[in-house]
Amino acid sequence: MGTFKHSPIIAGAAGLAALLGAPAMAQDGDRPVLTVYTYESFVPEWGPGPKIEAAFEAVCACDLQFEGLADGVAILNRLKLEGASSPADLVIGLTTDLVPEAKATGLFADSGTDLSNLSLPVDYADPVFVPFDYSYLAVMVDTEEAGDWPKSLDALVTGDSEQKIALQDPRTSTPGLGFLLWMKAVYGDEAKARWEELSDRILTVTPGWSEAYGLFTSGEVPLVMSYSTSPAYHIIEDDTRRYQAAAFSDGQYLQIEVAGMVKSTDTPELARSFLAFILTHEFQSIIPTGNWAYPVIDGIDLPEAFEALIPVENPIYIDPETVAENRQAWTQEWLEALGR
Amino acid sequence: MTRDHAALVLERAVFARATWSMTIDLTVRTGDWMALIGPSGAGKSTLMDMVAGFLPIESGSVRMAGRDVTNAAPWERPLSIMFQDNNLFPHLSVFQNVALGIAPNRSVRKDERALIEGGLEAVGLAAMGARKPHELSGGERQRAALARAFLRRKPLLLLDEPFASLGPALRREMLETLNALREKFIAVPLTILMVTHHPGDAADFAGAVAFLDEGLVAHVGTAREMLGPDAPARVRRYLGSAANAKRQAPPAGSS
Amino acid sequence: MGPDRTIRLFIAVGAALALTGFLAGGFLILLAGTGADLPVRSIVGDAYLRSVVLFTLEQAALSTALSVLLAIPLACALHRARFIGRTAILRMFLLPQALPTLVGALAIVSVWGRNGVLSDASAAIGLPRFSIYGLPGILIAHVFFNLPLAARLMIAALDEVPKESWKLAGQLAFSPWTNFRLVEWPAIRRVVPAAASLVFMLCATSFTIVLILGGGPGATTLEVAIYQTLRYDFEPGRAVALSFVQIALTALILMLANRLGGSDQGAFGLGGKAVRFDRSNGLRRTADGLVIGLGLAFVLSPFVAIVLAGITADLGTLLTEPAVVDALVTSLWVAVTSGALALLVSALVLLGVEALASAERRAVIGTAVPRRTLEIAASLVLVVPPVVVGAGWFLGLRQVTNVFAAAPAIVVLTNMAMAVPFAVRILGPSLASAHLRGEKLADSLGMKGLRRFRLIDWPALWRPAGLAFALAAAISLGDLGAIALFGNREFTTLPYLLYQRMGSYRTDDAAGLALILGAVCLALIWIAERSGARKADLT
Repeated sequence: MGTFKHSPIIAGAAGLAALLGAPAMAQDGDRPVLTVYTYESFVPEWGPGPKIEAAFEAVCACDLQFEGLADGVAILNRLKLEGASSPADLVIGLTTDLVPEAKATGLFADSGTDLSNLSLPVDYADPVFVPFDYSYLAVMVDTEEAGDWPKSLDALVTGDSEQKIALQDPRTSTPGLGFLLWMKAVYGDEAKARWEELSDRILTVTPGWSEAYGLFTSGEVPLVMSYSTSPAYHIIEDDTRRYQAAAFSDGQYLQIEVAGMVKSTDTPELARSFLAFILTHEFQSIIPTGNWAYPVIDGIDLPEAFEALIPVENPIYIDPETVAENRQAWTQEWLEALGR
Repeated sequence: MTRDHAALVLERAVFARATWSMTIDLTVRTGDWMALIGPSGAGKSTLMDMVAGFLPIESGSVRMAGRDVTNAAPWERPLSIMFQDNNLFPHLSVFQNVALGIAPNRSVRKDERALIEGGLEAVGLAAMGARKPHELSGGERQRAALARAFLRRKPLLLLDEPFASLGPALRREMLETLNALREKFIAVPLTILMVTHHPGDAADFAGAVAFLDEGLVAHVGTAREMLGPDAPARVRRYLGSAANAKRQAPPAGSS
Repeated sequence: MGPDRTIRLFIAVGAALALTGFLAGGFLILLAGTGADLPVRSIVGDAYLRSVVLFTLEQAALSTALSVLLAIPLACALHRARFIGRTAILRMFLLPQALPTLVGALAIVSVWGRNGVLSDASAAIGLPRFSIYGLPGILIAHVFFNLPLAARLMIAALDEVPKESWKLAGQLAFSPWTNFRLVEWPAIRRVVPAAASLVFMLCATSFTIVLILGGGPGATTLEVAIYQTLRYDFEPGRAVALSFVQIALTALILMLANRLGGSDQGAFGLGGKAVRFDRSNGLRRTADGLVIGLGLAFVLSPFVAIVLAGITADLGTLLTEPAVVDALVTSLWVAVTSGALALLVSALVLLGVEALASAERRAVIGTAVPRRTLEIAASLVLVVPPVVVGAGWFLGLRQVTNVFAAAPAIVVLTNMAMAVPFAVRILGPSLASAHLRGEKLADSLGMKGLRRFRLIDWPALWRPAGLAFALAAAISLGDLGAIALFGNREFTTLPYLLYQRMGSYRTDDAAGLALILGAVCLALIWIAERSGARKADLT
């Protein structure tokens, strides 16, 4: 059958062969492998992952491997799917809002980490999860498009509805959920009415941070929900002060990111030593420009650009247990306020 | 009759493609019925397309009834054409298809209705006006197309093998219908140019025969000259001995 | 039915079962693996879901109507007009299908958005800025993605019009309107059901566009609800149940469309063969020019935006980055493999469809139901949420193997499944007409088995294979659904990398990657359609 010589079927077979022989995870000799689930932006060469890997491997005689998933929620769901037989030894990148849900799975073990040198804007004492960085939600402003911008949450809600903001969906994204909680923390039972008030100002609600931020940097919208540390990236990497975070006089919502150890790990000692490593100077000094967030211990030199970030005197925070109990109801309330 | 009064004159009309070309000199007298014969690939259908204006010629001229139509669009040429197939629009009724000959771009008036019905009757389709083409036989479909061609009242009719896919008896019957309609319907003489693969048809109906070979009109003559025993050698070779043996004295089919 | 046709039917049913098995398998494993129930009752009574379903249907119906209606004048004008670059434009009409929707949506925003080109122009002459967020934005984006598709189906249908019809139209001095009424519309009408159902399926399952341009949670489709249910609430039972709702609703609408319209499945020919004799005048040419100009401006402007944004990126550095080269290579082999597999599966399914059609023609069976079922099953693949299938297979595979090793296989298979409905539409008509022409001859010569396949089926499949492959590969190249679940450090495609860069503030890189992705797609389509066209000339 000469006609088949150049057929796509053969190409397909070649592809299949390549597929079956797809490279397995690199194995580094006999050193134990420590698999860490994290979110995507942690892993690339410009993220904190590679530096942390190098630093930890220098002291652990192990092979640290990060596996990037979509986001914190995806990490948790992956663990739920895999259950006790998960290949993960650790996870890094859940927000505290997810902690009750994560604990409820029974898949995590106590960290055994000494949290005494922890320096967070709020009290923290969870035996299972170890904070590794924190940041504040903030409205980012494109100063070339917006001459004036809201200086408080009230001003955002009641201000000029022609100055639009792009938000994220709390059903599908971390900053989206964070802002939902921010509104709830500030307005309580009035939150629904305030959302209705804000709705005219919302340009659109995107599924994730990337889409909203893309609209923002492409000049489509002058305001976007992001992090108070976002300007640091633009100052250091893009050398521009065009994008500024709006300091709200009534405070910013605090988002703490945590790491935890999976109960089924076959190298619990190694996993524990990684959790302890998180609170070292070495790990924490990678955080500011690696993950564009604040370190959780004192004594870390922040780059100059961080000096230009808005100071936050009044962190707004709802404790994770309350969030877990009310998330569905609050999301429903949000849907009713903004839905049609 | 001078060439200026001929129904159709092609003068050094050249059509060229990358690998072959045609140069046509041909005159069809008004009222003549000319058969176009020749081997497959000789360019018979291409010649029809040149006459109808579907193919632009590179050089030379095409005149019809004294008028230069070399650069005229298909719809500006005083002719009708029938193809071997697909002469009718499948989603229109027979009546509507025939009506296109009179009023292609509007609905028909009352007086035109009678005209169309007369046309249908003349081709034996009086009872079938409401049918769709797929409900007709092949012969009936070509009859409908014939009725439309006549209602257009154009002095030149091009037949691009419209009856080729019909059986021998039916084909002859169609040609006879056509012959009868010619006399009955048209006040001015109707000129016909017909592509055919059947020398018998040419002999029985056409007064003149043109033999097309290798992109040229190789021979033109009366049916008797072209199809009889004294036909040019090339034509004889094309017709073959069997066709010649059956040849009877052709009647004069022309005016 | 002869043994040969029975064998073909078995192979086809096998292929269809493998395809549906792959999809249904995902559902079943997800249910079994998590021990979830199907919460049918809670879904039926859910007012929120009812509004989601209504919105899904409303936006899909409007998007479909607009895409198909606007495609008609564009297809007619493009078919009539002859100009340099026409073929190139028709090739580019497949490109929106290959664009990751996120890239497409942002490109549309840069044209139509508040700060887009049109808004700027509007503001410059003192008019208000555009506000597209909400239904208008969704419709614009859906028309952008689907109008070219519908137009290509229609142009292919116009190419099928017998040459005599165009000659008659010229001879009988048809006016433009008569020409449309008697020649163009009857041809187009045959593919309207196929075009409409294809576009409807694509719009009904729209996700990213609806969320970005929808303006708020009022614009939530079922696909969004399914994603949210599985990814954020982790309720597999509910996600599967919602998927069933989506599939059933779409199937119902497809069957209605099938009943209303013709049976034509529609094709994507490239055109250029028909010779027309329209009465042209200045007005006509101006109108055609206007329609084509507006149509092209609409379809191509987002691409211009992508190119303009892309060339500001440091393309040289990007293209030498190992991560980018890696992703490019991965993208290419995933696209090529899933494109080839899609061709294979589609061809097998179509052989069965034709075996049934032949049995109907010879009155061996008196019903078209089995054939229709096979055809609709191959179409419905489009509305099966990949996130559910992916999660199911993830769960299943990890019991037996390393999931990350299996990830490429799942991504390839999912992309293959997504492309089958398109490939079937491209290969189907050619195979059908080959069977109509060659069936009796083959029967009378007693041709059987592979010989019959080689002489009858293979040439018919081979001719449009280039186009089918190009589109299938393009769909896979632009996919961000399956890869979002399975992508990892070892297995990264271009869209995945693009999304990753966007998520790390690197919008310039993302813009550059979007340009690279588009260029690769265009090259693929070009090569595949060129080889297809050349073969078509030879036959």
